[in-house]
Amino acid sequence: MTSTPATPPPTIGSGHEGNLGDQFRAYFRNLRSGEMGALPALAGFVILVILFSVLSSSFFSPLNFANLLTQAATLMMLAMALVFVILLGEIDLSAGVTSGVTASIVVVLIHNAGVNWIVALVIALVVGAAIGTFIGFFVAKVGIPSFVVTLGLFLGFQGLQLIIIGSGGAYRVETPELVAIMNSNLPIWLGWALFVLAMVIATAIAFFDRNRRTRAGVPNRPLSLLALRLGAIAAAGALFIALMSLDRAASRGSLNGVPIAHDAIEGVPIVVPIAVGILWIGTFILDRTRYGRHLYAVGGNPEAARRAGIKIGAVRIIAFITCSSLAMVSGVFDASRIGVVTAASGGQIVLSGVAAAVVGGVSLFGGRGRLIHAAIGALVIAVIANGLGLLGLPAGANFLVTGGVLILAATIDAVSRKRAGGSLLRT
Amino acid sequence: MDVPVIELTDVRKSFGPVDVLKGVNLQAFAGKVTALVGDNGAGKSTLVKGLAGVQPFDAGEIKFNNEVVSLTTPREAAAHGIEVVYQDLALCENLDIVQNMFLGREEVTAGTLNEGIMEREASETLQSLSVRTVSSVRQKVSSLSGGQRQTVAIARSVLKNAKVVILDEPTAALGVAQTEQVLSLVRRLADSGVAVILISHNLVDVFKVADFVSVLYLGHMVASLDVKDTNNDDVVGYITGSKTYEGKNA
Repeated sequence: MTSTPATPPPTIGSGHEGNLGDQFRAYFRNLRSGEMGALPALAGFVILVILFSVLSSSFFSPLNFANLLTQAATLMMLAMALVFVILLGEIDLSAGVTSGVTASIVVVLIHNAGVNWIVALVIALVVGAAIGTFIGFFVAKVGIPSFVVTLGLFLGFQGLQLIIIGSGGAYRVETPELVAIMNSNLPIWLGWALFVLAMVIATAIAFFDRNRRTRAGVPNRPLSLLALRLGAIAAAGALFIALMSLDRAASRGSLNGVPIAHDAIEGVPIVVPIAVGILWIGTFILDRTRYGRHLYAVGGNPEAARRAGIKIGAVRIIAFITCSSLAMVSGVFDASRIGVVTAASGGQIVLSGVAAAVVGGVSLFGGRGRLIHAAIGALVIAVIANGLGLLGLPAGANFLVTGGVLILAATIDAVSRKRAGGSLLRT
Repeated sequence: MDVPVIELTDVRKSFGPVDVLKGVNLQAFAGKVTALVGDNGAGKSTLVKGLAGVQPFDAGEIKFNNEVVSLTTPREAAAHGIEVVYQDLALCENLDIVQNMFLGREEVTAGTLNEGIMEREASETLQSLSVRTVSSVRQKVSSLSGGQRQTVAIARSVLKNAKVVILDEPTAALGVAQTEQVLSLVRRLADSGVAVILISHNLVDVFKVADFVSVLYLGHMVASLDVKDTNNDDVVGYITGSKTYEGKNA
C-alpha cells in the first residue's frame, strides 16, 4: 500500500488488502465457512424464474414482472419490518394485523371523516409507532416474551379492526394518490432520473468511505472491486428500467396493417422507488449507524451488549416501533393493490413475512441477517405464487411449495453452518 | 509502597438477608498483577460486579488514585478507566473483532460509523499487546478459538486507556498452550502500566503472573500477600479457612 505513509501498515489484516483476486478468494472462503447470506435465496429465485419461464409462455414478460413486483411489495415491506425485531431474536406476530388496523384507519379517516389522505397516512403512521411503543414497552420493560405480547395483539387487533371497519364491512380505496402506489407507473424519464440519482449517491457514499479509510490510514479494497460492484448494480438497474419502459399493455392487434391504438402501460411502478428507498435507508441505518450496530449486538448477545453500556431496552423499543411503522406502510401497499380494506385485511400475512425473512437468510435466533435478505425472500415467495398461478395450479399447490421452500432454505442454512462448524473444530 | 490506583476499604454488600461481602479491603497497583483468590461463594464475583458498577456496593469507601469516588453505574466505572473482562467473555459472536472491541463506544463521524479509525485502533491495540494469533481484525468472533476470544476481550478492555483491568477467570476454559498465551498477555498488560486484578482458581497461574495475592474467605479478605513471601500451601490454607492470617489487612 502506497497510500499509507504516516503509520506503518498493520501486520494484522482487515480483509481490505489485496487485489481483486484476493478479494474474490476471501469472499469464497467466507461462503464456505457458512456465511451464505442471501445467496441460496437468490439462487432459488433465479432457478424459479428459469423454471416458470420454461413452463409458462406468459411468465417471462415485462407485464408479468411488473405484476410480480406489485404482488411482492406488500410482503416485502412486511418482511423488512419484521427483520428489525427478528434481528433481536424477537418476533412480532401482530405485524400483519397492525398493517390491517392502520390501513383501516387510513380509509375510515378518508371516507368517514373526510380527512386529507396525507394527514390520514401520518395519523396511521403515528398509530403504528404507538403500537410499536406498546409492544416494546411490554417486552423490554415489563419483560413479557414478544411472542406472547404480540400474540395477544394479534388476537385483539382482529377485533379492533372489526370495530373500526364495522362487521362485514369493506371500504373501497378511492383516493387517486393511494390507488396510484400499486397501479400507476412513473413517467419513463423520472424512472431514469431517480436511477441516475441513486447511482450518484451510491458512488458518492462509496468514495466518502474510501476517503475516510485512507485518512484513518487503513487499506481500501481495490478500486476495481468497487467499479465492478457499482457497475453490476447499474447494469441490473438499467436493464430493469429499460424492461419497465416497454409498453406492457396487451396489443389490440392490427386492422389493415395499422395497429389499433391502446393506452400504453409503461414505466416503473410507483411502489418500486418507495420500497427501494425504504430498503436503502433501513440498510444504511443497520450498517452504518451506532443504532444499527447496537441492534445486531443486542441480537447476538444481550448480556454482552448490556455490559458494553448499550441501553438494550431502548434498542428493543425502537426496533418494535420501526417494525410496526413499516407494517403500516405494508398495509397501505396492500390496500392500494387490492383496492379495498376489509375487516380481514392483513390477518394472514404475518407468517408469510416471517417465512420470507427466513427464506432470505435472516436468523430467527437474532443477530444475523439483512434487510435485502428479507426482500429477496419475499420475491421468492411471490414468484412461487405468481408462477404457479400462471400455470393454473390450485392454491393448495402454492402453499405446499412455499412451505417446502421454507424448509429447504432452513436446511441449506443449517447444513452449511454445521459443515463450517465441523471445519472450525479441525483447525 | 506507592499509592494504589484503586483502593477499597471496608466494602460491604448483601442480598436480602445474605451478607456476601462483610467488610473487604483491596488494593491494586499500577503495573502490578493482583490476584484475587477464594473458594466458590467467597464473594469474588460480587466484588468484581461492584467494581464494574454493575452491582454497586452497599457501603464502604472506594478510592481511585487516592480520591474517593462512587461506582454506581458501568458508565462511572468506565469513566475511571475500570474495565472488566468477564469469565463468559461478553462478546457478540455475530460481530467481528473490531465491532466487539468498540461495542458501546463506536467512533462516529458525520453521523455514521467510522470503520477506518476503529479498524486502525483495534489493530494497533492488538499489536501493542504483541498479539500474533489473530490474522484479521475483521474476523467474526464466532470463528475464533477460546484463547483468541480471551485475547479480544482483553484487548477490548485496554482499548480506551484502561487504568484498572479486572480479569475474571481468564484461563478457566483454555488448553495448555492457550493458557500460556493468555498469561503472557496478562503480564504484558501489567507491564504496560495497567493495574491488573486477576481472579483465578488456578494457583499455578496465580504464582506464575501475579505480584500480590489477596484471599477472600466467606466475605472477608483474610490475607493480602506479596507473592514472593508466600507459597502455594499457605494460600490454599487461607482459601479453605484452615489457616488464619495475622498481619495487616486481616
